[in-house]
Amino acid sequence: MTFELVCFYAFGAVAVLAALCVVALKTPVHSVLCLVLTFFSTACMWLLADAEFLAIALVLVYVGAVMVLFLFVVMMIDVDLAPLREGFARYLPIGVVVAAVMLVEMLALIGVRAMRVAPTPDPALAAGMSNTEWLATNLFSRFLLPFEIAALILTVALISAIPLAMRRRAGVKMQNPARQVMVRPGDRVRLVNMPAERGQDANR
Amino acid sequence: MITLAHYLVFGAVLFCIAVAGMFINRKNVITLLMAIELMLLAVNTNFIAFSRYLGDAAGQVFVFFILTVAAAETAIGLAIVVVLFRNRATINVGEIDSLKG
Repeated sequence: MTFELVCFYAFGAVAVLAALCVVALKTPVHSVLCLVLTFFSTACMWLLADAEFLAIALVLVYVGAVMVLFLFVVMMIDVDLAPLREGFARYLPIGVVVAAVMLVEMLALIGVRAMRVAPTPDPALAAGMSNTEWLATNLFSRFLLPFEIAALILTVALISAIPLAMRRRAGVKMQNPARQVMVRPGDRVRLVNMPAERGQDANR
Repeated sequence: MITLAHYLVFGAVLFCIAVAGMFINRKNVITLLMAIELMLLAVNTNFIAFSRYLGDAAGQVFVFFILTVAAAETAIGLAIVVVLFRNRATINVGEIDSLKG
């Protein structure tokens, strides 16, 4: 049993246990924290598979951004957890049965042939590049159009999330920047042309 | 020696845990979203394993795109959950029936 294999089993066990906690724990905050642990262990497994760039990207994007977003939402909405948990015991057996059947089917599909697939030398190292360079070379040549489309998807998601989360409240005093910018001197200052009073009249 | 089967079995186990989670937490939208994230993670692991053992970069590039789409999906999904909670004061799937589908 090599060191790599020991690491694989250790990270795999942590990831699977944390995934079980994600679906089984009562409090959503705990679930999110367990999900963070799952992502982290899986990133370590990706490192073992020589996918360094994606492992770091997973930690940065998921643990750093998406999970924090989850935590924010979970802490922001204050829900009564009792009605959300009511079907837990009822659906537990069928959930476990369905998952077990699926697992058996998948394992039968994976079969023993995959066991004999020997690890080839790292394709990136074979090409004389680091993993990041290898990925970037492919991403910006063969997959340039999908890359642009992915950027477009992110932009659309960004733009559409803003009106979803924005709300207009009635009765709130707030500035209207557009009107502030559009204002002209004539709207604010009124120049009045009136004759000056005579001096001796004022003295008298 | 880690073989392809190790990664595939790991991915399958994660995926099945996520499926079981969808069954037993079917009332809670946030846990459902988390189960979806777990499924995507399992699929990504499979992609990376195949990319590594077949020596093809397409798998890892595809994982990159899946991460992109999943991040967008999570952002939109959570925004919808927030709006839903603001309007209905619940995230219970059983009570979200205003569309009468």
